[in-house]
Amino acid sequence: MSEKPSVRELSPIDVYMLLPKTNCKKCGLENCMAFATKLVNREIALELCTPLLEKQYEKAYQKLWDMLKPPVKEVTIGTGDKAVKIGGKLVMYRHELAYFNPTAIAIDVTDEMPEEEVLLRLKKTEGFSYIYIGKELKLDMIAIRSTSNDPEKFRITVKKVAENTQLPLILCSLHPEVVEAGLMTAPKARPLIYAATRDNWKDMAELALMYNCPLAVFAPNDLKLLRSLTKTLTEYGVQDLVLDPGTFPNDGIADTISNLTMIRRAVFKRGDELLGFPILGVPLTAWAERADVDEVNMWNEAYLAAVLINRYVDALIMHSAEGWVLLPTTVLRQNVYTDPRKPVAVEPGLKAFGQPDENSPLMMTTNFALTYYTVASDIESSGINCYLMIVDTEGLAVDSSVAGRKLTAERVAEALKTLKAEDKVKHRKLIIPGKAARLSGEIQELSGWEVLVGPRDSSEIPKYLQEKWQ
Amino acid sequence: MKLPLGERKDEEENKAFLKFSPKLIEALMKMQEIELEDVDIDVGDLEIHLQPGAVAAAPRVVAPPVKKIKPSTIIEVDFIPPVETYSGRIAEVQLGATKSDGGTRGKSIIIGGERSPAYYLFENPTPHPPVVTLDVFDMKVPLAKAVKMHVEEVVENPVAWAKLAVDKFGAEMITLHLVSIDPLLKDTSPLEAARTVENVLQAVDVPIVIGGCGDPQKDLKVFEKVAAVAEGERVLLSSITLDMDIEKAAQAAKKHGHVALAFTSMDLNHARELNRKLYEYLPKEQIIMDTTTAALGYGLDYAFTVMERARLAGLMGDPELQHPLSSGTTNAWAAREAWMKMAPEWGPRELRGPIWETVTALTLMLAGVDVFMMMHPAAVKTAKDVIGKLTQGGGRSKPEQISDWVTLKI
Repeated sequence: MSEKPSVRELSPIDVYMLLPKTNCKKCGLENCMAFATKLVNREIALELCTPLLEKQYEKAYQKLWDMLKPPVKEVTIGTGDKAVKIGGKLVMYRHELAYFNPTAIAIDVTDEMPEEEVLLRLKKTEGFSYIYIGKELKLDMIAIRSTSNDPEKFRITVKKVAENTQLPLILCSLHPEVVEAGLMTAPKARPLIYAATRDNWKDMAELALMYNCPLAVFAPNDLKLLRSLTKTLTEYGVQDLVLDPGTFPNDGIADTISNLTMIRRAVFKRGDELLGFPILGVPLTAWAERADVDEVNMWNEAYLAAVLINRYVDALIMHSAEGWVLLPTTVLRQNVYTDPRKPVAVEPGLKAFGQPDENSPLMMTTNFALTYYTVASDIESSGINCYLMIVDTEGLAVDSSVAGRKLTAERVAEALKTLKAEDKVKHRKLIIPGKAARLSGEIQELSGWEVLVGPRDSSEIPKYLQEKWQ
Repeated sequence: MKLPLGERKDEEENKAFLKFSPKLIEALMKMQEIELEDVDIDVGDLEIHLQPGAVAAAPRVVAPPVKKIKPSTIIEVDFIPPVETYSGRIAEVQLGATKSDGGTRGKSIIIGGERSPAYYLFENPTPHPPVVTLDVFDMKVPLAKAVKMHVEEVVENPVAWAKLAVDKFGAEMITLHLVSIDPLLKDTSPLEAARTVENVLQAVDVPIVIGGCGDPQKDLKVFEKVAAVAEGERVLLSSITLDMDIEKAAQAAKKHGHVALAFTSMDLNHARELNRKLYEYLPKEQIIMDTTTAALGYGLDYAFTVMERARLAGLMGDPELQHPLSSGTTNAWAAREAWMKMAPEWGPRELRGPIWETVTALTLMLAGVDVFMMMHPAAVKTAKDVIGKLTQGGGRSKPEQISDWVTLKI
């Protein structure tokens, strides 16, 4: 098994030794050492060093490529603008570096659904959009399941879907002739084929090679078989594989978690290349042990999805398209894939909204990015003219920073002074967040400003100002 | 710290949803058929807004040419579970004391004792299941509507609230938040607070957590009094912080046989420092750590990573981080997506709220949390279900159940 250092142990020096060391600046950086540091931090692409691509550096390039290659392979599904990259994981735990390529989420349709329903689900999937800390949360793929096992029905559905969406597809059937019917309709779409099993692997491998598609490998609760299949398939020539060790709902959740953890542990601790592929999870299986009430099935699917996103899964197939299921799922994904190296904070300072004058209100919030953006968007959307003082709380929200003594009367008083708030407004009134109410007396004492306690949630700022400001 | 966020008071009540959420819980409890005729589920009539995505184009993947002979049968290889061993072990902590060990609780609960990261079941089983403790407040506090509807009749009566939590929601432990002691609120005296604690201890026989108000001076005064009246009950004092007189707080726990909850704000160096100070007075088995819980979408990633790092460091041998972890999971309700009325496509907040708390809990469960302070009955129910399944361990999946999921008719 692999003896190369893990990406965490990789030092810029190791990388630097293989670079041209000419400090030519063609990559846009001052010197090769700076480029090496960025490479180790995964902040720049190797190919930006153009001299490396010349013949004389061929060996060094290959070595660097191997050295920097993620232990979990990166696999692309679909083509064009909406193509999705999954896997490419460099570490087991996010604090070791960061997770790249957020879990791609597919919503299912079937070849026995009425056409209107298929189209409605496509529309909902494509239209899903939620703005969170200035980023848009979206869904990524459509999984088409053949519940009929009829190639003709599958062909018609795949055609309909391909005509109506640019999203990458997952073609799901364990019957190669059904998958083939789908592939013939969308020969250039590079869908993910689901799935090769113990019984059908050779036919599925042929299809994957013929249509240049990634191929999922399904071996429920059998990692020995999963490994044997990836060994066989890579020998067969299929390089882009996706692993499905089975998503077991309900009582099976312990096995599900155990399998996922063993796969990634084997890759990152043992250098197991046969398991070094992205993982597919299927929360849709929550519907296999079905409750009479659909909301219960959706609920079960939602929590299963959360567990899978946390435990290393790179792509999900889900059935529930309800907002209350997909909102926590996509927000969790955003959280897990946030780069832990970058503090989620904005610059402290004094910011003007609209055209404030010396009589406009002065409010205050923390420099946790989410808090700041939430408050800012509430102020902007109501068209208020005001000043907002952003206090440095080391990137913590109001309640956490009050509890953790990062938001203190001292800090507020100091901010008022250094930001020269008294030059901006004539009055001496500071509106503080409702959740910082406990600090009001002390701030007043230390700063000499009159403190007004604002609402607990910034959505109530417009109403508050209307009632309380002058 | 553990206070939930308030809601807008002027929002109109939706009776159908009010009926809905208790039924969901019932359904989760019994998986029985329930009536849904009068419930509006907003699925069909959505306005969809199409927006082009901004995904970067994929680079071309150059696959090396393979010139091998294609295999005709499966090449069998083995899989050896990648088991590791760890030099450290998390302390075992007992909460609550029965008659035989000096208290009056019906049973006591042991948590901690881990020898592996959370749910690495191929290495070690979970030694003790995490415990879920239900929030009870000693005065009326702002509660999200989805929560309030379950406790409406008891919000001003902590004794009745504690009983409801135990009898109706099956709480194996409760957290009595003495919010009213806050000098900025009712400034309830330590004596009066201690009386409330006594009454609750008499009303229910589960182990309890005593929550303060967050003011280090006042909390300490109250803890000293409460520790004395709860002598021998092995309550969890929540919480002891770096800006408190640690010696006095720790002595109160020590003298009367209680457990300290060491609370720090997402900083492992502070967590170590606080634990170090507590070691001067208390054995490891009387300390639990809380490194702060932030809500899903509001810093949960930080909370998760700090806890995961604490647990891994403890297992790798860091002697100052080998404590069970506690989470104020109720903080999930600080997320506005949990409590706010949103556009219809995001569904009723009566579902969004509890699933928000559930996802926050399960995420932190995977980081290694041993004590969950929670609020909504449906979230509590799911957390306990999952704990039960994970504690029972592997080998209970049914591959045949999902082997043909592709054709599943939904």
